[in-house]
Amino acid sequence: MKGSTLPFDGTPEQEQALRLKLRELKTKEGALMPAMQFAQGLYGYLPYEVQSIIADELGVTLSEVYGVATFYSQFSLYPKGKYRIGICLGTACYVNGSQAIYDRLRQILGIDSGECTEDRLFSLDATRCVGCCGMAPVMTVNDDVYGRIKPDDVEKILDKYRRA
Amino acid sequence: MIGLKINNIPVYVKEGSTLLEAARSIGIKIPTLCHLKGISELGACRVCVVEVKGMNTLVAACEYPVREGMEVFTNTPRVLNSRKTTIELILSDHRKDCLSCERNTNCELQRLSHKYDCDSHRFEGTPREFVYDDSTDYLIRDNSKCILCRRCIAVCRRQQGVGVIGANERGFATHVACPFDMKLVNTPCVGCGQCINVCPTGALQEKEEITRVQEALANPHKYVVVGYAPSVRAALAEAFDMPVGTNCQGKINTALRYLGFNKVFDVNASADFTIMEEAHELVERITRGGKLPMFTSCCPGWINYIRKNHPELLDNLSSCKSPQQMFGALVKHIFGKIEGIAPEDLFVVTVMPCTAKKGEKHRTFTDKYADVDAVITTRELSSMCKENGILLNELPDSEPDNPFGEYSGAGMIFGATGGVMEAALRTAASILDPDARFVPLEFAEVRGLAGVKSASYNIGGRTVNVAVVNGLNNVDEICSAVKRGESDYQFIEVMTCPGGCVMGGGQPIRATIVKHKTEIAAARAGVLYAADKSMYMRRSHDNHSLVKLYADYIGEPCGEEAHRLLHTRYQALPKYIKE
Repeated sequence: MKGSTLPFDGTPEQEQALRLKLRELKTKEGALMPAMQFAQGLYGYLPYEVQSIIADELGVTLSEVYGVATFYSQFSLYPKGKYRIGICLGTACYVNGSQAIYDRLRQILGIDSGECTEDRLFSLDATRCVGCCGMAPVMTVNDDVYGRIKPDDVEKILDKYRRA
Repeated sequence: MIGLKINNIPVYVKEGSTLLEAARSIGIKIPTLCHLKGISELGACRVCVVEVKGMNTLVAACEYPVREGMEVFTNTPRVLNSRKTTIELILSDHRKDCLSCERNTNCELQRLSHKYDCDSHRFEGTPREFVYDDSTDYLIRDNSKCILCRRCIAVCRRQQGVGVIGANERGFATHVACPFDMKLVNTPCVGCGQCINVCPTGALQEKEEITRVQEALANPHKYVVVGYAPSVRAALAEAFDMPVGTNCQGKINTALRYLGFNKVFDVNASADFTIMEEAHELVERITRGGKLPMFTSCCPGWINYIRKNHPELLDNLSSCKSPQQMFGALVKHIFGKIEGIAPEDLFVVTVMPCTAKKGEKHRTFTDKYADVDAVITTRELSSMCKENGILLNELPDSEPDNPFGEYSGAGMIFGATGGVMEAALRTAASILDPDARFVPLEFAEVRGLAGVKSASYNIGGRTVNVAVVNGLNNVDEICSAVKRGESDYQFIEVMTCPGGCVMGGGQPIRATIVKHKTEIAAARAGVLYAADKSMYMRRSHDNHSLVKLYADYIGEPCGEEAHRLLHTRYQALPKYIKE
């Protein structure tokens, strides 16, 4: 089964808020996208449990919800970590070796782009241009930007957040 | 009317028609691949493109509406070249094991590829991993042959109202699968197999059981018995190029003997037992204040659906096993007793128009024996005949064996929507009004292809309100009404597939063009109704063999022994099982 294997930690309050919103949206044409956007805002991602609630309340099939969730890149099946790592695979970063950094990140964290580590500390996203090509290759951690890095720098950067 | 020209020929068609329909009306067939009238109208595959004067790009004829004065060209070099390239691109990542593919010679992609003289190796697609799902007892999805036409998605979602598959992800990663790429067995799939019947290629097929049947036939210690469902006789002939609506039951009996089965029985006979039990159960519920309305329980797709979607209504289901499961129990425990063969030495095979029946076979046991050991579809029977060189068209007719060779017209009509209802009413009317001088034999109101049919009958001074649900997509409304206590029906028949079993997911696969121009459901049902009309015995309780077996072995309908052999219970199932 695709999607996050981390245990679902949604609260009853979140579920109540989601169901209320869905009942309000249900009457409107094209309710699915706004419903999913709302749910992702609430939970940070769209795991099986959340998509099931959406399908149930809107009276659509789970396969419709999942189809939309995997079609648009704005939706995520995985939670985001406390530290959201972005690695730019845009042209300038790529020609300056960002693929090797990305590979090192995947190797160290044991996750792919879009996923989150089991301790929910780090999530990883391969991104497009982040707008500072002069610093290529660029890696971001939340709002921190690291430029002109090499694969061997990765461990050191991660350690800083592990200790934080 | 709208006037336009197609290939310089004037055409007049209704407003709102598509170019495809306009061309068809003057005898020009535009090829299609993803199009399925009324079910899947996406314009996704681009095989039906045509050129329209004044437009820069080619348009999809299946979708494009006619306009006054339009000039359309269906066979210019540009059009032909575009179709050819499209097909070659589809072939680029298609697993081309056509020689051994189940759909060889009956594949829409293969036909088009041949027609447009395609080079199947012109483009080499990027190799990738494809979903292969054989998690259920009845179906195999092999996406290495999927062309993403999405017909299966449409038929599952829109025609059947089940919706367990969809198009996941996007771009090159797009693939048809269950949500979260779950295994099909963990979803509310009902097993109807309608997706198989609309798949243009070999991406979907039933899970074959021919091998197990052949092993049993070759085993000298097994006594192998076969029974075939009403609908098989209404469709098998099509797999041997005979016209739609040909009854080949006499030839089926002969073919099954040629294949080496020790006994050839007719499931029409066990359908009569189903009616005996179901009609008595209905009368008992009506006269003694039991749970009403009572739903029929012969259709395994419906049973799967209600268990996962409406578990609150399980007490409304008739406790009768389906004719298939009754057949197995009767063979193993009564025929076995008559012939002195132990249940473990009997191997019961059924031939069914249905894939869900494969999943049903191990659902009920009598004592510790599964009622049925193997289920093959009508398609699989045609493959077995062909593999064994049995020329169905040329076979002499023969009769089925006794004691399950005698049956009534009521058992025969089970295969058509409304048939179970009508058969049950024939017997229930006789029970409720035993002194009536005139008991109706035909209940025309419950026949036909409407989604929901309802009628009210006055039987023995009682009003009996009945409904027939033709296709699962129509059932939720009735279920909700029953839950709210707003339904005044006493008896409701539900069949998963529109048209009933004659249109089941195990029947011969017909090309889209045949589906669009032939009323297949009506023609196949016509076989059963004509056979019923021609019979002397038309009510299940008039079946002499059945009466004798009840007297000698079973006792009263719905009695203790009848319950042991012919009834079952249902448990609720979760809709999805998270993997």
